[in-house]
Amino acid sequence: MTELLSGNEAIARGIYEAGVTVATGYPGTPSTEILEAVSRHKDEIYCEWSPNEKVAFEVAAGAALAGARAICTMKHVGLNVAADPLMTLSYIGTVGGFVACVADDPGQHSSQNEQDTRHYARFAKIPVFEPADSQEAKELVGLALEISERFDTPAILRTTTRVSHSRGLVELGERQGARAAAFERNPPRYVPIPIWGRKMRVKVEERLGRLAEEASRSPANRIEWRDRNLGIVAVGIAYSFVREVFPEASVLKLSWCYPFPDALLKEFAAGVERVLVVEELDDIVEEHLRSLGVPCQGKGLVPRIGELSTDRLRETRAKMEGRDPEAGRMPPVPEAADLPARPPVLCPGCPHRGVFHGLGKRDVVVTGDIGCYSLGVFPPLNRTDTILCMGAGVTMAHGMDKAGEPRKVVGIVGDSTFFHSGITGLLDVAYNRGSSTIIVVDNRTTAMTGHQDHPGTGRTLMGEATVEASIEDIGRACGIRRVATVDPYDLKETARVLAAEIDAEEPSLIVSRAPCPLHTRSRLGPPRFIDRDACVQCGNCVKLGCPAIESDDESVRINELLCSGCGMCEQVCKLDAIQVGEGAGDE
Amino acid sequence: MSEAQTASVVLVGVGGQGVLLASEITARAAILAGHQVKTNEVHGMAQRGGSVIAQVRFGPEVHSPLVEQGTARVLGSLERIEALRYRPYLAPDGLAVVSSQMIVPTTVSTGQATYPADAEARLRRVFPRLVYVDGVAEARALGDSRAANIVVLGAMSLALDLPMQCWEEAIKGSVKTRLLELNLKAFQRGRELAE
Repeated sequence: MTELLSGNEAIARGIYEAGVTVATGYPGTPSTEILEAVSRHKDEIYCEWSPNEKVAFEVAAGAALAGARAICTMKHVGLNVAADPLMTLSYIGTVGGFVACVADDPGQHSSQNEQDTRHYARFAKIPVFEPADSQEAKELVGLALEISERFDTPAILRTTTRVSHSRGLVELGERQGARAAAFERNPPRYVPIPIWGRKMRVKVEERLGRLAEEASRSPANRIEWRDRNLGIVAVGIAYSFVREVFPEASVLKLSWCYPFPDALLKEFAAGVERVLVVEELDDIVEEHLRSLGVPCQGKGLVPRIGELSTDRLRETRAKMEGRDPEAGRMPPVPEAADLPARPPVLCPGCPHRGVFHGLGKRDVVVTGDIGCYSLGVFPPLNRTDTILCMGAGVTMAHGMDKAGEPRKVVGIVGDSTFFHSGITGLLDVAYNRGSSTIIVVDNRTTAMTGHQDHPGTGRTLMGEATVEASIEDIGRACGIRRVATVDPYDLKETARVLAAEIDAEEPSLIVSRAPCPLHTRSRLGPPRFIDRDACVQCGNCVKLGCPAIESDDESVRINELLCSGCGMCEQVCKLDAIQVGEGAGDE
Repeated sequence: MSEAQTASVVLVGVGGQGVLLASEITARAAILAGHQVKTNEVHGMAQRGGSVIAQVRFGPEVHSPLVEQGTARVLGSLERIEALRYRPYLAPDGLAVVSSQMIVPTTVSTGQATYPADAEARLRRVFPRLVYVDGVAEARALGDSRAANIVVLGAMSLALDLPMQCWEEAIKGSVKTRLLELNLKAFQRGRELAE
């Protein structure tokens, strides 16, 4: 039986079929749907959204040392958070198979940077697998778990956006029997205190050699001999593009690129006239080939920045053949030259808008964070000054404050992000006598990644009711004395509380609480209309940055199809031109 | 080359308009017709009211999930100017199906850019084969404006050479039972408009 599955759904299927019993993760585009799809098998697989990736990694590691097959999922920057356990689990190894499924985002569709997870595999000296499509994504989960167990090592399954979010037909199989957990005490194996850690260090190096030999024999890597004038080493999804643009070339398809399969690389290079390496992001295989003394081309012809595509490889091919790489592109037309940009925006009815609106009146510095509220950076809101990483909305506010920034510094962090890594920052603000104002924009879900539960929602990934962590109580427990809660749809009250806390001499925590309307799928009220006779086009409502409010030189209108009925525009209209009612002057 | 045998479809619009549902139905219909299929879509930040693209490719053997410039048989757009933005994907002799719906980006509302007043004239100039429909009005006449995406898909289907029963089966598998009749009608209406 076959099914059309995204790469992420295929990985989840692989997890199911391979008899995994523990799966953990933190949401992050493009990795999120793996664990969501795993949760459909919650009767057979324990799964959880962990508060952050480090926790997810360690929970899965515990399960694997107890003998279970275990998986954790995260996006590329999530592995930075989990890097600490990664580095030492490599030394300890594993009993049950352990695979970290890490999704990179070349092209930065939904990410703050573009990092190549394969560096981590090399850094930690562990194997990394890279599927070209959904079918292979499913198969590699099983292979990675098997290699993990046979070689006593954690492994990484790296996808990129176009693998995770492309769909293809996948052959389904049966679930293997799961192993029962039964931890066997053996401190020299599991406790890396220096006397034992040094022995583990030797094991890691010796393991690398055996893994490289296995990689050369593995079905994950194969040579397709065709015309021997050109041989292309194609890593992961690059294979899909290479096969379309260079159908005649010989190809070494690598889906297990590290530890480098030296024997296979040498065999392939010896069999072709000219070698081209095509890999997404950094020149990891290319650099290694050169170190083996194999002359090759790669990043000189294939882009290093951004994602690969058939279009971009056509340009590579044109360059190799001395043709104009621009020639294949569709010529631009004047009709499309001046189109307005359409960046993502806060949705109609988004509660975050109330906070940004309230901040708009104050001359403060706003350190932002990762989540939907990062969209507050765009005009007309213009209310985010910095973003670094998860949790840094809190800590960077404190740093600016301590550096003597003359304006008040306000840190903004989401609810899920607060639980992820905002708490330690808040603890620092209180402990080290800061004075910044921290706002948790709590929309009761992890919204940007598609609405996942977290420790504050009262529900688990497995659908069970559970305790709800209280952000206010955590703030007080950290030592914050000024803690306020506001309804962001009440603009007047929100502005009043913001003013009071920003003016306070001591640190304060404001929790802006209202559920994401996209998640609850409920209308907030009846749609609003603008009475054109009363409207003087002052622009007050337009400054909310609501996509339902459309404005041009002629008029300001509310798009009825988009309006969620939140009523914020009605509150900011000084002339009462915005009302509830039947098409009051609107078309 | 497999290119000639692989049909490429591009669907564009604004996050929330139903681009992904239309691409899912297309993929299912192609599978039911016995093809290999690959699709691609964008998640996450790109969905928050931003410009959205989904791609479907089908044929005897499909490697890449991404459509190359100048190769799509059909470009469907649920918003009027988004078709212009993604025009480079369409083959010179390809069919463009554009819904006249206008969603004004905040960049326009805040005065940073202007929305082309002559969008329809531009579409007629750049797309030699254009079906320009008021998808929202057509869908509303059938009972729910949200089926505009399926009206557009119905019109697109004329360029795709997949049996009608595969489309119907695909719609059945993708929408809720209570919305099935509406969507089947919307699909049929789209086909009529394109004929």
